[in-house]
Amino acid sequence: MIKHIRIKNNSTVSLWDIPLLNYEDLLEQSISLLQDESCHCVNYFGYPHRDQLILICCIANDREHLITISSSVINFNSVLPSFTHHHLAFHLFEREIHENFGIKYSDHPWLKPVRYPFSRADKNSRIENYPFYAIESEEVHEVGVGPIHAGIIEPGHFRFICDGEQILHLEIQLGYQHRGTEQLFLKKNNLLQRTHFAESIAGDTVAGHTTAFVNLWESLCNYDAEDHLQFSRTLALELERIAIHTGDLSALCTDIAYQLGSAVFGRLRTPVINYFQRWCGNRLGKGLIRAGKNNYPFTKQLGDPLKRLFDEYERDFIEMYDEFKTLPSVLARLEKTGTVTKEQAASIGTVGMAAKMSGIPRDIRVSHPHDWYERMNHEPVIKHYGDVYSRTQIRKEEILQSIEIIRNMIKSIPPENKKRKELSFPAPDLFGISLVEGWRGEICHCAITGENGNLVHYKVKDPSFHNWLALALAVRNNEISDFPVCNKSFNLSYCGHDL
Amino acid sequence: MDITGILLIIATTLFFPGIIIRIKSILSGRKGPGIFQPLKDIWRLFRKGAVYSETSSLIFQIAPAIYFSSVLAAISFIPFGDSPGLISFKWDFVCFAYVLALGKFFMIISSLDTGSSFEGMGASREALYSMLVEPAFFILMGSFALLTGYESFFEIFRSLHFGSYVSYAVGVLAAFVIVIIAMTENSRMPVDDPKTHLELTMVHEVMILDNSGFDLGLILYAANLKFAMYGALIANFFLTPGKEWFYSIPIFIGVQILFAMTVGIIESFMARFRMNHNPQFIFAVTSISLLIFLGVLFVTGKFIAA
Repeated sequence: MIKHIRIKNNSTVSLWDIPLLNYEDLLEQSISLLQDESCHCVNYFGYPHRDQLILICCIANDREHLITISSSVINFNSVLPSFTHHHLAFHLFEREIHENFGIKYSDHPWLKPVRYPFSRADKNSRIENYPFYAIESEEVHEVGVGPIHAGIIEPGHFRFICDGEQILHLEIQLGYQHRGTEQLFLKKNNLLQRTHFAESIAGDTVAGHTTAFVNLWESLCNYDAEDHLQFSRTLALELERIAIHTGDLSALCTDIAYQLGSAVFGRLRTPVINYFQRWCGNRLGKGLIRAGKNNYPFTKQLGDPLKRLFDEYERDFIEMYDEFKTLPSVLARLEKTGTVTKEQAASIGTVGMAAKMSGIPRDIRVSHPHDWYERMNHEPVIKHYGDVYSRTQIRKEEILQSIEIIRNMIKSIPPENKKRKELSFPAPDLFGISLVEGWRGEICHCAITGENGNLVHYKVKDPSFHNWLALALAVRNNEISDFPVCNKSFNLSYCGHDL
Repeated sequence: MDITGILLIIATTLFFPGIIIRIKSILSGRKGPGIFQPLKDIWRLFRKGAVYSETSSLIFQIAPAIYFSSVLAAISFIPFGDSPGLISFKWDFVCFAYVLALGKFFMIISSLDTGSSFEGMGASREALYSMLVEPAFFILMGSFALLTGYESFFEIFRSLHFGSYVSYAVGVLAAFVIVIIAMTENSRMPVDDPKTHLELTMVHEVMILDNSGFDLGLILYAANLKFAMYGALIANFFLTPGKEWFYSIPIFIGVQILFAMTVGIIESFMARFRMNHNPQFIFAVTSISLLIFLGVLFVTGKFIAA
């Protein structure tokens, strides 16, 4: 008996239309759906409702471009068999449900805290008493890094268990950045404030998270964004991808002490983020994307300098990258370092670059296209070795691909509709989901509205949520001195995970 | 006895690190700081007090001073052209190597003294690389002792350059070996990256993470002195004895500047090695020393006789 409802990306469904299953049936159905390789879980969360907990599981089918939604109601004090026991990709979702609502799992292998939310069920679970994995042995030693990062970026604690220079195990403890983002979406009633929260979920994914939020909001309000809005959102997403990927290449060069690459890629990133400044007055693209409107319409006067910018950028970029990829000392550091196999990546459910590097074609731009991507025939960049060099190559090829996308887009800029429809308010009792391919990978926002159309639940999932575990697996059996370059090659978000 | 050499080495430390940084800046398209900026930074550190952790003992407090004085003592062994160093006796280059090793030993135990897991890691790496680089230095100096028939720095360098063309080739190879030894001993690229902020990849820098203020200034200045000291060794290969000071001093300074520029260029255009490739690289230096040794055996005819 299969009971679920299937919807497209950026669409809504009435809460009462989501089939309610027994927990055991939900488990069985989800596991059987995931046996299809083109399916993966995009979100699985609990939502408290009248002394009970409603579990909502969203599984995306990449081949059929549909998202399967199903749910179950459980009591707060129940002890349940875990999904994780059958499919590891659920481990963080269930840890989160356990942490937030105190649901116990009988066979979860790794039931540890995730991010220490203020409203957590067990107030005794604190950041200082995290139950680290340990090996009792005279031969191995532990190295603890952080929570203060050497480059003071964001806090996170990394605990290595090493045999000499070799890493046997890495455990990553996050949660230091928890700000209660999801709760803030509910507390503040103002759309502008909520958009600001979306912009601040992860500072390097402003366009990604904001697009996810406004698409979700517009679908809750039953508002069809006109071409012009879709166009500028897609353009912002691609510009962000180019800027961050270029910056990452520069940072990778810094980590392997290749000064020339570090300097040149660093310089190349600047004109791209400066273009954002020119377009909307902020180098990170804040203020650009708004639900139902666009304060900074994209015109031909903005298109021409962008075309010139990329003509210059592409020439220098290719020259530098050719130099970079032919240097033996660079390749010696990148190749076969930090490998994640396809089996590992599939079992833990990685997304974005962390999936594409190991031969998993997971790209929302193809599988669940939104905005302008619906008009494109996008081909994701896929690599197969899963090492640092694969992630580097993906960055380079995606940059060139994005430049091509932008060139094609600005050939025909849709005119701004001055008399566009006003945005109304969200309809009551709706469930909405929005998937966006940010530069790091799949971003998923889910929202539930209450009786009078107020937001009653908001769920954010940054791609880093899945991918941190991939980093922990990648560094196993590598040298501890290769950890920084592995870490940088994933470039995961701390605040995106901690929310 | 002549202190010209020591004065010149100290003069070299004024501009040596500045040239490296300037070259790296220019080659990466930046203007870069002034030549004397690294020295000003050290001077700033000298005017500060040091902070000591409660877990560290006396060793941690005295180690920087011992390290610094060991480098100073090693410098006094270095001759300058046809004048010997402050200290000169038979087999003094063995003493030279172990005076340096003594300073390094204290730095290693002082980093273990902090009890940090990072610093222990750095100490283990530093000890390994110093150990591996030692044969290269001794084979090199031993070959020269064999070539010239003398046993001290001063006499070896004084009698150099009186052989065949092979001995010039040996001189160039020796300069190369000394450059690599200096890069390794000073924890520069490609063995170590002095600029990195990532503790896990550091060798020397991670050992001195806990040092601050005056102590850190001493350690940084000692690194400059070491560079200038190895530069002086290289310069000695090219200082033909008997030349007037107005030849030898410009040659000395010129060699030091070239050395600094070489370091800057190497650090600009390549990535550093993966940690487990470093021992291979250092072994390669040892094999070049062996090549010099074989060359010397040929020149002296001992190879054929054997």
